[in-house]
Amino acid sequence: MRYIPHTEDDVQRMLRVVGKPTVASLFQHIPERLRATRPLDIPPLDEGSLLSHLGEIGARSRPAIGATPRDGAALAFLVAGVTPHTIPSAVDALLMRAEWYTSYTPYQPEISQGTLQAVFELQTIVSELFGLAVANASMYDGASATAEAVLMARRVTGRRRALLSGALHPQYADTVATYLAGEPDAEGRIDPDAILPVGADGRLSPQTLEARLSNDVACVVVQSPNFFGVIADLKPRAELAHARGALLVVANTEPVAYGVMKSPGALGADIAVGEGLGLAIPPTCGGPGVGLFATKSDYLRQLPGRLVGETVDKEGRRGYVLTLATREQHIRREKATSNICTNQGLIALAFTIHLCLLGRRGLTEMARLNLSKAEYAKQQLGALQGFSIPFSGPTFNEIAVRVRGGDATRPALRLAEKGIYAGVAATQPGFYTDEKWKDLLIVAVTERHSKQDIDRLARALDEVCP
Amino acid sequence: MSDRSTKSGTPIETRQLLHTSRPIFEQGAPGRTGASLPPCDVPAVDEKVALGALARDAAPGLPEVSEVEVTRHFTRLSRWNYAIDIGLYPLGSCTMKYNPKVNEKVARMPGFAGLHPAQAESTLEGALELMWRLERCLCELGGFQRVTLQPAAGAQGELAGVMMIRAYHADRGQRRTKVLIPDSAHGTNPASCTLNGFEVVSLKTGSDGLLHADVVREAIAANPNDVAAIMITNPSTLGLFEEHLGEIADVVHEAGGLVYMDGANFNALLGKVRPGEAGVDVMHINLHKTFTTPHGGGGPGSGVVGVGARLEPFLPTPTVEKAPGPGDKYRLEYHRPKSIGRMRSWFGNFGMFVRAYTYIREMGGPGLTQATEMAVLNANYVRARLAEVYSLAYDKPSMHEVVFTDKKLKKETGVQTLDVAKRLMDFGYHPPTIYFPLPAVTGGAGALMIEPTETETPETLDAFCDAMTAISVEAHQDPAIAHAAPLNTAMRRLDETHAARHPKLRWSRD
Repeated sequence: MRYIPHTEDDVQRMLRVVGKPTVASLFQHIPERLRATRPLDIPPLDEGSLLSHLGEIGARSRPAIGATPRDGAALAFLVAGVTPHTIPSAVDALLMRAEWYTSYTPYQPEISQGTLQAVFELQTIVSELFGLAVANASMYDGASATAEAVLMARRVTGRRRALLSGALHPQYADTVATYLAGEPDAEGRIDPDAILPVGADGRLSPQTLEARLSNDVACVVVQSPNFFGVIADLKPRAELAHARGALLVVANTEPVAYGVMKSPGALGADIAVGEGLGLAIPPTCGGPGVGLFATKSDYLRQLPGRLVGETVDKEGRRGYVLTLATREQHIRREKATSNICTNQGLIALAFTIHLCLLGRRGLTEMARLNLSKAEYAKQQLGALQGFSIPFSGPTFNEIAVRVRGGDATRPALRLAEKGIYAGVAATQPGFYTDEKWKDLLIVAVTERHSKQDIDRLARALDEVCP
Repeated sequence: MSDRSTKSGTPIETRQLLHTSRPIFEQGAPGRTGASLPPCDVPAVDEKVALGALARDAAPGLPEVSEVEVTRHFTRLSRWNYAIDIGLYPLGSCTMKYNPKVNEKVARMPGFAGLHPAQAESTLEGALELMWRLERCLCELGGFQRVTLQPAAGAQGELAGVMMIRAYHADRGQRRTKVLIPDSAHGTNPASCTLNGFEVVSLKTGSDGLLHADVVREAIAANPNDVAAIMITNPSTLGLFEEHLGEIADVVHEAGGLVYMDGANFNALLGKVRPGEAGVDVMHINLHKTFTTPHGGGGPGSGVVGVGARLEPFLPTPTVEKAPGPGDKYRLEYHRPKSIGRMRSWFGNFGMFVRAYTYIREMGGPGLTQATEMAVLNANYVRARLAEVYSLAYDKPSMHEVVFTDKKLKKETGVQTLDVAKRLMDFGYHPPTIYFPLPAVTGGAGALMIEPTETETPETLDAFCDAMTAISVEAHQDPAIAHAAPLNTAMRRLDETHAARHPKLRWSRD
């Protein structure tokens, strides 16, 4: 076994030092009733057979994203919180350095400055994107970051209820519900009416919000661009929430949008969370991703997760350490702000590297490309007979399209068989169950798609819809 | 004998040209970029027109650097990190074993990495099969009926497990409010319970380092019909096998409670104990510990959770099911009426599933059992070699890790745990986990929790033990050296108090 170096001589010599006659005797103190009743039934494989076995399993799926743009992968316009972008080769080349991927959480700062400085730079980048003063070292993903934001808003306000926009990613809303179930109200309920309906422009309307806000609301959660791709006008929503003493939590699943779109911090958000997977690594069936989390400096002590701060060493040199750990579980135990320990370090690093490569200019250019291509796609798809663009609000690179024939799921499945992943049907398994979204297809168009790709999508949809 | 990569009986020699790299925001020049973007082949849209007042006035303050600068920056920074591929990483309870390279290769195959989670199920067959196969392997290893792969890390696995416990009691019409947790537990255990609305009842570890059934009985008697579960780590964070687990499980079950086992230390039990057969109702497993998915400087992890029959109805959605009938067909099941719901987006940290499954299949049952055996032998070897030099926290047999305290050393020399840890860096090692677990650090003692794992050679262990011994000898001769350590690292001790008192949490121009 190549990962276990012990020779028979090694084992014998070590047993002599330990003072035990056999390896089995090291386990002698485990009581009989707790011992395994039979040996493990998993056959081992050598590297060649292993690669064949895994290669065969891998070949049973058809990937949305290939190793190169045209290598048998599908032509994909899929979205729903994971918008795949072209990841520069330098990102993975740097991630493959063992100093990054085989190191632990940086508990010993003298020999972990690489990770610590990289996290400090991530915190800066996230703070810049969201327009908020402090960002943490990462959460598991956008969904759990949203749930943690709601819990944080409860701590800040001392209130219980959360109001969620109906255009928040349904999996995010489900995750919030799961996390909140731990603290039901006196009647054992967990806000059955927490999800607010979406208006004709595809957004939570200020009127609806105003009518539902009350003095026991801890926060309002809005996604922008939302699940239907519509950019929210955050300012009036923030003002309404603040007027009733509630916080505004803004979720974002497409950080590229900040190349052209105002940040949530600039528009009054108190907490911003996001998902960075699409910019960090290939989509990998949805995980690992990276949850982004930022807030105002007033709420620093209520922030969940790890933080890196700048300091100096004994000789006055600039350096970095994990800091403000008194919020965290390993110090505060049951009184911690969150139970999070291991987060998504390596994916956060990939996100950081890509954002550094893009830089100020690259992010803006990339965002403009995405916006332009998506606007073109919006026109092409909206012009198809019997198709329409149902929401009037502005969009970035995701567009909700109402397809001909009353059902988006079936044409999407038929096109998938032909190697075109046309988009996400709003009512496909795992998303909305509301029948009123049955004919909605949500399409992402990015720098990965050429004009021809978009034209091909339009033709294919036109052919396949009844 | 010593680590053969260095001269016998000396510290590992560490000499290298090591570049600093200023924050990336202080590098580069205005207008510079490392982006490679295609030309715009559609009519260009002005964001001021498309987004109106929602358009950004100025771009975010990102760095302005070329790809070469980015590559050098992150390569230089990487060299300031210690890593498993550089040397022994004996952090107790963290199981820093070697991360096989083949795992990384497999995880990057387009058939796994290129999958979008919203693809139609019919185009994700291989991914579903991989998840189903991994679940079967983990059930075989843990003796469980089902495993949810969804939780993103150990702490989220705990959260999911405790949620299922709450749902189980609620389903039986009971509202129990207490969870029993030994004082040796990892801090995530009590934090996960609080997040779930449970109150924690702390149980005192016995003077022999084990949890005793009488302590559990007393806690249950003091909270009649109110104990939802016990959360017990086995082997405990003291590296000891909880020999009374069977009796404790009986006591808790008789009182209507459930048994949660924290599986962070599962590396000590492969092929030896199947917790699901030993009275455990629910357990999380850290794929990034026992099953070699890389720790990545702080994640991603994967905190899968195994359950027995009682908790199966409450598993998070979706689950992967194998369709009945001929052929290997798999599907996602979203309709589970008693489910606690979703813990996060999609299916979990899928990339980690691919790596863990690759590792499990390479090792097979015999290899995994051998891994556990050699992990326990390595820990006991370190214990035997250092028992005269440092103070053993408990004299019960050790499993995969061993806990020492600084009682003797501190009394004799004034050198304490933190000094030993920092001095170890000068000898070329990452220090063990320090000042944990809590029962070992009572009375002002400091604890050193050493977990070598099975992937270390006896030569490496000898060199490490030589270093630990040399530090003790040196402390007796000149304690000032250890107090000042580390001396040979690129950075000296960092001022953590300053960082906490004057938080500077992002780069700024001043």
